[in-house]
Amino acid sequence: MRAQQENPKRSRLGKIARRTFLIGTGAIAGGLAIGYYFYQRDFDNPLLSDQDKGESTFNPFVKIAADNTITIIVPRAEMGQGVTTTLAALVAEELDIALDAVIVEHGPASSAYLNQAMLIDSAPVPAFDDSFTAGGYRGSMEILSRFLAIQATGGSSSTVDAFEKMRFAGCAAREVLKQAAAEKFDVSPAALVTENGRVEDPVSGLSATYGELAASAATMSPPADMQLRTRSQWKLLGKSQPRTDIRQKVTGAPIFGIDVELPDMVYATVKMNPHLGGRVNSIDARQAEDMKGVIKVVPIESQTGNGFAIIADNSWRAFQAAEAVNVDWGPAPYPADSAQITARLREAMQSGDRFSLREVGDPDKAFANSTPDQILEAEYEVPFLAHATMEPMNATARLKDGKLDIWAPNQSPTIIRSVCASVANLDSDQVHVHTTFMGGGFGRRAEVDFSIYATKLAMLTDGRPVKVTWTREEDTTHDTYRPAALARYRALLNDQGLPTALHAAVAAPSVTASVIGRTYPSLPMAGPDKTLIEGAYDQPYAIDNVRIDAAKADIAVPVGFWRSVGNSYNAFMQESFLDEIAASTGKDPLALRLELSKSWPVATQLLEKVAQMAHWGEKLPNGRAQGIAFTLSFGTWVAQIVQVREIDGSIKIEKVWCVADPGEVLDPAIFKAQMVSGIIFGLSSATGQEITFSEGMVEQSNFHDFDAMRMNQCPAIEVEILENSPHMGGAGEPGTPPSIPALANAIFALNAKRIRQLPLSREVDFA
Amino acid sequence: MKLSVNGTVHDLDIEPEMPLLWVLRDELNIKGPKFGCGIAACGACTVHVDGEPVRSCTLPIGDVDGEVTTIEAIGSDDSLHAVQQAWIEEQVPQCGYCQSGQIMSAVALLQDIPNPSDADIDDAMSGNLCRCGTYPRIRAAIKRAATANMEA
Ligand code: FES
Ligand code: FES
Repeated sequence: MRAQQENPKRSRLGKIARRTFLIGTGAIAGGLAIGYYFYQRDFDNPLLSDQDKGESTFNPFVKIAADNTITIIVPRAEMGQGVTTTLAALVAEELDIALDAVIVEHGPASSAYLNQAMLIDSAPVPAFDDSFTAGGYRGSMEILSRFLAIQATGGSSSTVDAFEKMRFAGCAAREVLKQAAAEKFDVSPAALVTENGRVEDPVSGLSATYGELAASAATMSPPADMQLRTRSQWKLLGKSQPRTDIRQKVTGAPIFGIDVELPDMVYATVKMNPHLGGRVNSIDARQAEDMKGVIKVVPIESQTGNGFAIIADNSWRAFQAAEAVNVDWGPAPYPADSAQITARLREAMQSGDRFSLREVGDPDKAFANSTPDQILEAEYEVPFLAHATMEPMNATARLKDGKLDIWAPNQSPTIIRSVCASVANLDSDQVHVHTTFMGGGFGRRAEVDFSIYATKLAMLTDGRPVKVTWTREEDTTHDTYRPAALARYRALLNDQGLPTALHAAVAAPSVTASVIGRTYPSLPMAGPDKTLIEGAYDQPYAIDNVRIDAAKADIAVPVGFWRSVGNSYNAFMQESFLDEIAASTGKDPLALRLELSKSWPVATQLLEKVAQMAHWGEKLPNGRAQGIAFTLSFGTWVAQIVQVREIDGSIKIEKVWCVADPGEVLDPAIFKAQMVSGIIFGLSSATGQEITFSEGMVEQSNFHDFDAMRMNQCPAIEVEILENSPHMGGAGEPGTPPSIPALANAIFALNAKRIRQLPLSREVDFA
Repeated sequence: MKLSVNGTVHDLDIEPEMPLLWVLRDELNIKGPKFGCGIAACGACTVHVDGEPVRSCTLPIGDVDGEVTTIEAIGSDDSLHAVQQAWIEEQVPQCGYCQSGQIMSAVALLQDIPNPSDADIDDAMSGNLCRCGTYPRIRAAIKRAATANMEA
C-alpha cells in the first residue's frame, strides 16, 4: 500500500530497541527486573477477596449475586468519554442482559486491569504501517505491557483494549451459567439459550435465573472453544446506548472525588511552591494557625513539589488560612520567563542533538542538491497549556490500622497505589485506591501529585480521613502543562507544486521524561520520546524524502499528557505548513492532500467526504472562508473543515464539519460526542489559551485569564463516521489535533493572514 | 444565623463572609452545587435564591436574603424536572461536573423566557463553562424542554 521505501540502514529504530525498552513513548534503560514467568502469569481476580455475601465472581469483570444483582466492572476512568457505558455493553452483549439491568462499578486497583492497547499504540511506528517490522515493535510493546501491568486510562485506548477482553469475560460467564443450568436440568449446555438474565431450555420449558445458578457456575471452568457473538447477533454493540451514569449526572449526585464525605473527616488545601520544583526556604504560619477552623499547618516535601498544607474543619477556611501564610519560596529550576524559555527551545532546535523515528529517501541530499527558490520554509511556535479540568485537583486519604485508603478521581490507580505505598512506607496490598467519577481528566489525572499530598496529610491526622481540595488558582499554577514547542519546517517543491522533500526540526521538553521523572524518580530515563513528533512523522502522506527531527529541550517546567499530547501541536505545525505549500503554488489545499495521500484510500475517502459535507470549493458569501486539516492519531483518521466569518473585525467560528474513521464504532452517539468534545477542546486552545511564565511563576491563575470556549462562541458541528480503516482506533483524543490547523487555515483563506504562533488570538480577535 | 435551603431552615453559627457554596457543601453536605473557580467565572456553583440564578461561590452567606434552591430540589426521585428530563433525552452530560450549574441556569432561563431564542440561550448560558464541550446538546435540550413546556 505504501509508495515509498524506508531506508533500513538509516533507521535508528533497531538500535534504540536493542538498547532500551521503549516505555510509553520514551525509554527506560534497565531498572526493571522481569522474567518470562512474570509475563506468562495470569493475574489473580481481585474481586475474589472482596465479595459480599451471596455474591459470586466469574472473572475480574463480572459478579452475580443470588438476588440477581449483576455487577460489571469497568476498570477505566470515567471522565465524560462514556467509557463506562461502552465497556459495560461489551460484557452485557455476551451475557444477554440489558444495560439498565446491571450495576456498573469501577472496581479496585489491580494488575488484572492492565491496559495493553495503550502501550502497544506507543510503539514508535506510524498507525498506517502494517509491515512485519512494525508488527514486531507492537509485539514487543504487548509483552512489555504485561510485565508492567499498568492499569491506566489514556491514549484513547480503552475500547481497543477492552474489545476482546471484556466480551470474553461476558461470554465465559454465560457459558458456565449454561453449564450449571445443564447440570440442573440434566440436558446438554448446547441445548440451552440465555436471555434477560435467565438460562432456558426451549424443549422442556425449564428455566433458572443467573442469580440461582451463580454460586455453582462460579466453580466451573468455561469451555476452551467458547464462541463470541458475531456482529450480526449484536443487540447492543454498534448502536447508541443511553449512558449508564446519566441520571446521577442530571441530579447533582455526589459522585466526584471532590464530593467524598466520610465520618470524622477534616478538610485541607495545599499551597505548593509556584516556582515549580523549587524548595521552601522558610514558612511563617503563625497568623494562619490562629484562624477560625484551622487544625494545623504542615510543610510538604515531595517528589512532585514542596510547599505546605492547611488542615481545617472546612475547605473554605483552609483556603483563607493558606493566603495568610508567609513563605520564602526557593527559585525554579527553569528559565524565569517565557522569552528565555523560547530561547532555550531555539537553542535545542538548532543543536545537533536530535533523534528521528522514520526516514524516507534522503532529505539531506535532496535539500543539498536544490536551489533556494525551490525551498519553502516556515517556523511555528506553541505555548504551554493547562488542562483546566472542570473539577479542580483533589484527593481524600485515610491511614488507619495500617491500611491506607485513597479516594481520588484518577486515571492511573495501580501507579497511585505503588507510589503512595512507598510514601506511607506500606506494601502495595495495604493500599486501596477508590477511583471516583472525575470532572474531566484530559491527561491531568494520570498524575500522582494530588494523591501523594493527601497521603502525606493522612499520616498526620491520627486516622481521621482528610480531603484535600485545590483552589482553581493552585490547579492552574501547578499543572503538568502541555509543552511549549518550536519547529522549523522546510519543503522542496517541484514544478507541479508538490513537495519532493520535507524536513522539520521540532524542539520541546519531553513529556515522557517529565512524567516518569516525577512519578518514579529512581528510574533512569533514556532514549527518544515519540510524543515530541507524533502527528508529524507518522502521517499518511507520500513524499519521496522525509524526516522529522526531534530535539528534547532541557526545560524543567513540569509537562504532561494533554489531550492528544504531541499531536496537539505537531498537527497545527505540519497541517499549516501543507497549507502554505499549497498557497505558494496556488494549489487547492484539499487537492494537495488528496494527491499526497492517494496511496491510502482511508484518507482520501475521508477527505472527499468532508469536502462534500462542507461544499468545499463552492463560492461562499462575502466575509466567509473555510480551512481544512487532517490528522491520523491514536489509530483514528480524522479530517475537518472549519468555516469562519468576519463580523465587525472579529472572527466568528461558524461551523465545523468532521469525518472520522476509527475502523469500527461500538457506540455512534458516544463516539460523535467525543469528536465534538475534542474539537471544542482544540478550538478553545487555539482561540485564546496560553500559559506564560514571569519571575519563574505561571502568570495565569483562573478562568478569567485562562478561559475556554463558551456557549455563545460554540460553532455548529456536524460529525460523520466512516468505517474503512482495518484497525480499531480511539475516540477521546483524535478530534482535537486537526481542529487547530483547520481554524488557522480558514483564517488564512479569509484574510491572507498566516498565523504561525498559537494562540491565534495574538493576531486576530475572536467574536 | 438562619438559612433556608430546599425548604429546610438551618440555624447556623458561621462567619457571615463564608460563601454560600461552602456552607452548602462542607456544612450542610449538599453536594449538588460544584466548586469550579471561586470567582464567579464558571457557573458550576449556580443555585437559585428566590428563583434567581446566583453564583454561590462569591455570595457571602450573610448576604443571602431568600430561599435557596439547589439542584437536589428542582425535581423529585419519581418525577424529574422537565429540564432534567430533556437533559436525559438529549444525553447531554459527559463528565457531568458542570451540569448541575448548567441545569440551574437553564431552569431559571426557562422560567424567565419560556421559549428562548438562540440569542437568549447564549446570554443566559455563556457564564456556564463546560470543558467537555457539551454546548450543542445543552442548546438542543433547552429547546426540547421549552417545547415540552409549551405543550404542557
Ligand atoms: S465556582 Fe462559582 S462560578 Fe465557578
Ligand atoms: S460535562 Fe464535563 S465539564 Fe461539562
